Amino acid sequence: MAATATTKDATGTVLSAIILILVAVLAFSIRLFSVIKYESVIHEFDPYFNYRVTQYLSKNGVYDFWNWFDDRTWYPLGRVIGGTVYPGLTLTAGTMWWIFNSLNIPLSVETVCVFTAPIFSANAAWATYLLTKEVKGIGAGLTAAALIAMVPSYISRSVAGSYDNEAVAIFALVFTFYLYIKTLNTGSLFYATLNALAYFYMVCSWGGYTFIINLIPMHVLLCIITGRYSSRLYIAYAPLVVLGTLLAALVPVVGFNAVMTSEHFGSFLVFIILNVVALGHYIKRTVSAKMFKVAITLVISFGMVVSVALAAILVASVAASPTKGWSGRSLSLLDPTYASKYIPIIASVSEHQPPTWPSYFMDINVLAFLVPAGIIACFLPLSDASSFLVLYIVTSVYFSGVMVRLMLVLAPAACILSGIALSEAFAVLTRSIKFKQDKSEVLMDESNNGSKTSQPEKDKEIVRERPSKKSRRMEKENVEKVLEKKEVKQWSLLLPVEASAVGILLLIVLGSFYVVHCVWAAAEAYSAPSIVLSSHTPEGVHVFDDFREAYAWLSHNTDIDDKVASWWDYGYQTTAMANRTVIVDNNTWNNTHIATVGTAMSSPERQAWEIFQSLDVKYVFVVFGGLVGYPSDDINKFLWMVRIGGGVFPHIKEPDYLRDGQYRIDSQATPTMLNSLMYKLSYYRFTEADGKGFDRVRRTEIGKKYFKLTHFEEVFTTHHWMVRIYKLKPPKNRLRGKNKKRSKSSSKGGKSSSWKKQEKRNPWH
Amino acid sequence: MDLERLGTAGDGAIRSRRGREREQENGKYLIALVGMSVLLLSTYQTCVAAAADWRSELVILRVDRKIDLTSHIVRVVMSLKVENTGSTRASDVIVAFPPGQVDNLAYLRASAAEGRGKNKVTVPLTANPFQSEDVPSGAALFSIALLKPLNKGETVTIEVLSVFTHSLMPLPEEITQAQSQLVIYRDSAYVLSPYPVKLQSTTVKTPSPRIESYTKVDPTKVVDAEIKYGPYENLPAFSFSSFIVHFENNQPFAVVKELVREIEISHWGNVQITEHYHLVHGGARLKAGFSRIEYQARPNIRGASSFKSLVARLPPRAHSVYYRDEIGNISTSHLKSDTRKTELEIEPRYPMFGGWQATFTIGYGLPLQDFLFQAADGRRYLNLTFASPFNDVVIDKLIVKVALPEGSKDPHVSIPISSVDQQQETKYSYLDTVGRTVVVLSKKNVIPEHNVFFQVYYNFSTFSMLAEPLMLVTGFFFFFLACILYSHFDFSISKSSVSYLAKLQREEVQDAIQRLQSVMNLRLAVSEKLEASLRDLARTGDVQACKAARKAADATLKDTAKELKSIHEFLQSSTQASHILPKVEELIHKEKEKQEKLLLKHSIVVDSVDKKLPSKEIDSRIASHEQKLVLLKQEVDELLQAVDDI
Repeated sequence: MAATATTKDATGTVLSAIILILVAVLAFSIRLFSVIKYESVIHEFDPYFNYRVTQYLSKNGVYDFWNWFDDRTWYPLGRVIGGTVYPGLTLTAGTMWWIFNSLNIPLSVETVCVFTAPIFSANAAWATYLLTKEVKGIGAGLTAAALIAMVPSYISRSVAGSYDNEAVAIFALVFTFYLYIKTLNTGSLFYATLNALAYFYMVCSWGGYTFIINLIPMHVLLCIITGRYSSRLYIAYAPLVVLGTLLAALVPVVGFNAVMTSEHFGSFLVFIILNVVALGHYIKRTVSAKMFKVAITLVISFGMVVSVALAAILVASVAASPTKGWSGRSLSLLDPTYASKYIPIIASVSEHQPPTWPSYFMDINVLAFLVPAGIIACFLPLSDASSFLVLYIVTSVYFSGVMVRLMLVLAPAACILSGIALSEAFAVLTRSIKFKQDKSEVLMDESNNGSKTSQPEKDKEIVRERPSKKSRRMEKENVEKVLEKKEVKQWSLLLPVEASAVGILLLIVLGSFYVVHCVWAAAEAYSAPSIVLSSHTPEGVHVFDDFREAYAWLSHNTDIDDKVASWWDYGYQTTAMANRTVIVDNNTWNNTHIATVGTAMSSPERQAWEIFQSLDVKYVFVVFGGLVGYPSDDINKFLWMVRIGGGVFPHIKEPDYLRDGQYRIDSQATPTMLNSLMYKLSYYRFTEADGKGFDRVRRTEIGKKYFKLTHFEEVFTTHHWMVRIYKLKPPKNRLRGKNKKRSKSSSKGGKSSSWKKQEKRNPWH
Repeated sequence: MDLERLGTAGDGAIRSRRGREREQENGKYLIALVGMSVLLLSTYQTCVAAAADWRSELVILRVDRKIDLTSHIVRVVMSLKVENTGSTRASDVIVAFPPGQVDNLAYLRASAAEGRGKNKVTVPLTANPFQSEDVPSGAALFSIALLKPLNKGETVTIEVLSVFTHSLMPLPEEITQAQSQLVIYRDSAYVLSPYPVKLQSTTVKTPSPRIESYTKVDPTKVVDAEIKYGPYENLPAFSFSSFIVHFENNQPFAVVKELVREIEISHWGNVQITEHYHLVHGGARLKAGFSRIEYQARPNIRGASSFKSLVARLPPRAHSVYYRDEIGNISTSHLKSDTRKTELEIEPRYPMFGGWQATFTIGYGLPLQDFLFQAADGRRYLNLTFASPFNDVVIDKLIVKVALPEGSKDPHVSIPISSVDQQQETKYSYLDTVGRTVVVLSKKNVIPEHNVFFQVYYNFSTFSMLAEPLMLVTGFFFFFLACILYSHFDFSISKSSVSYLAKLQREEVQDAIQRLQSVMNLRLAVSEKLEASLRDLARTGDVQACKAARKAADATLKDTAKELKSIHEFLQSSTQASHILPKVEELIHKEKEKQEKLLLKHSIVVDSVDKKLPSKEIDSRIASHEQKLVLLKQEVDELLQAVDDI
């Protein structure tokens, strides 16, 4: 008996190990579509910055990295990289690179960066397995791991080349949760310490760590309120707060924020409450019931006084800050309308918009339907761990509803709960088939033990729903032996064999639908590196490689110290690929600076020239999709430039660029629009391309067709016109005669007065 | 207008020549080597021996010179017919180059025709730099060793090919996109020669008939794209008459500032070649901006001086070809391959205009057996071409790095080109332990003519190939061994330490409590069964079934009671269990009480049913027990919870 059990055990272990390895392979390889279909290259915008930082790290070492002041961006301000970047990702990739190179495996930094995300999604799948196993057993764990290995939401952020913080952070998030649950289940201080370290890694990796430091306190509070306080809870939480906060403060970008901002106050408050409760329990254990009542009133009243005093201090200090101690991004989470009202720069990023319903289906697919079942499964029975899962899914659903980007946080929760739901459903269905078939046998043969994986669930039912399962492993077979008969009776609600077979079939169909969707999403939707575009034509794939063409041109044919201005979206790419100094980049830390560039782009040529000249800019480039129909070009982003510029420099007014509230660039467009630098740089000599000046993105003919540039000259335009680079003419061209001529010609146009006004109000003069 | 241009151009040329002269002084011996080609190995002694009477009584009967200006590489072919009029035998013929030209001389090859008619074969001759004080205005001399010494009255015909780079100067130096590129070339209309020349003529071939201007040295004739100087008769030694041609040349002025070729040999069947280019358009610089609309509308006119693509001829069976730069793959390339060659056409990311630069990397793999051979003495050697596979590019600096496999020894390079610097480095690649020997060859001013085969010989034992796989195997072996050992050994520091023993005891106690809990669960299940049987009884009135249940319950309870006793005894004996013992005792006690009460209740009910008492009376009989039972149940539950928490 014992021998068979151990063999079964061993088979199960080996089987799950193999499954886990396969899941890791799946997670890694499904993310390689981008490399196979395109190339091994860094994607999008932020990853280029991370890549550049990693390059710096691998070249100059970690100490120089902490002290790195980058003068090639935010000219003339510069940026302290070491103190403003979440270093987790770069340190991880840098360490991996260092290990490879010290083993004489000469991988380039780029290769390591490209494959960091797939590697870490394999890790995330394992972490998910551990977390789910801790809550609902191995079967659910394996299912959840398989689900998260290919969930489209996570794939979208972690394909090969998508070298962004989230890639590492999701692993850190799930792993931290796992260690928390593990500590909660075992009460081991060892895991508690590990938990604090995992939390530290998460803080290093991503600003989303505030989710952890708010979710775990919420769960602790929930446990206390529902009377589930235990010493294990104390061990799980107290070290995390103390060690975790200390460690978090070590990360330069967080620093004193770890104790100063409102995001962290919740955890401290819960820490106090937890201590009070712990004290209460201690007193209860040591004194008699009568004394306890007295003591507890004392403790509570004293605690109340202290906490009220603390709260008063907190409120006072918090109220002193205008945002009540919250960062803009957190505030826009709590109040979804906040960003669009006050911070256009956050609102202008498409990933900060609320998602639409189809995007849920796109990103988590069938999981959306399985999650409710998973939640129900979590209540059967409700344990500390499963209540945590419920809390996790509820909060992450809310957050994902506010920002499409936070769909990423929802994905692991959805996978875990769907894994639980699927596994439970399979357990029920397979069990009903099994016991229907050999019911009589089972009744006779008591030694039949049933499958190992479903055993824990059965035990739970019998053992009078006691929450702690720490002893599950050690329970002796004889219990099970006797209970077997009873259990079959208990499962008298077994489904008919036919129904269960159909059910299993349906579940398999559902699963395969999910797999097909995920593979499709990975291959088609999320693998494009966005710096290379491709379109399918009858002759084959046509590649639009204009961005790199422009960056390569800038990098080889301009002076190394030239300053290049563009909208901030392209800042990271310009510094990384063209190696030129930029004015603004995707780290939107200085709103005024961005507004200056926005103002320049929205101003008429001369004013724009003056602004750029004052910033020592030599080249300006715009992204223009009108010729080939590339929709996310600068003309489509132009209103945000106007808004952001107008937010700081009030002479830029949004209505000036709109005709009857409509944004248009055709002949109905406003003169301000048609004279803005953005319009001119985008459409300079565009009419000559097709004779009409038909913009294929806006699907209209442009308003102003023939014009000349006086202060800028075209120096380079890429093959598909997607990037147009202009050079500022040197100041000596500002001849008096020319100015006179211009003012003469503009006075004819009848809009000179408004121009002159603007000239006076130019922020730089 | 033209004259003025020429004047300025001349000034520029003179200035640059002065600059070069300075260089020449700085590194005289290097300059002597630069750009010279030796086809057969020879020693310096021969030159010195000949030096005494180098200006022997040779006369050049006839020189035909063809200057080919159709690309940006200037190729000059001279055919000399030499007669010995003196009395001594002459073993060398000296050719001379004007001082400005020799700095740009990339390649020199001399050959003589032997045999007649169909049997005619050209035999390469040796050419060496040659120094003599007796030369006007610093002309550079090269001595060509004849196959056999020339006796009095004999004639010999030799052909000399000399190739010059950077000899076409753009004028104007900056042009707009729409202009086509004009360059000037300067040379002497008379072939510079240390011997008197009887008859000579020079043909200058330009790429297009558009010749802006040229110097007339009568008789001069222009036919289409050819300028013909001469024939000139009976000119004394070192006659010189400068001419300048100003003409259109829109050929790609592709100059590679630096090319690093990395060749890596893997004995597992591959030769991997990676070439890093830094490409420059060496022609007239682009003035003002580049307009895509004009370029797209009429690329041949509005971008005449630019070039868009380059063609490389890779060896046949080249595979895994890639073309990229530091920011990723470049998608504009075409690969055509057949059995004789692989042709790679690449386009830089943007069309190359004057002064524009680009960097890129191409890489490809070659099958090992095509390029690696075993020499007769057991050494292996790599046989590969030296320079770039691209047509018509000038390489200012070429560095070839041949990484031999790990464990190879005594590398030796055999290359039929002179002035190649050699060095050795060590490189660490995949899983290397001692590193690979890298032979580094570098040469300046390389042209397509230098693309000859060179050999790297080295000793290599096949066992070295197995080193890395074996290393991996042992690595994994020890890893798994460590895993096995780890899982089989107990790593506690001391088996007799107090804390270890305490831990063992704690575990035992925990085990005991586990057992206790399972027994308790069993007993609870039994009581539940009893209750259930009672309920059944009330429903069906089947007393026998109820009695059977009772019997079974009695048996189990008896069994478990024994176990409970043993657990209790164990806990009593254990020191670690002292703090939970009271609870456990209480639990056992209460549970027992509860079971007894339940049994009592059971028997009462069964009895009553047997006696067919009304249900009301039964209820009243067991009411007091019921109350106690509920109370006990609660207590037992609490105790169980408490024990569990411990």
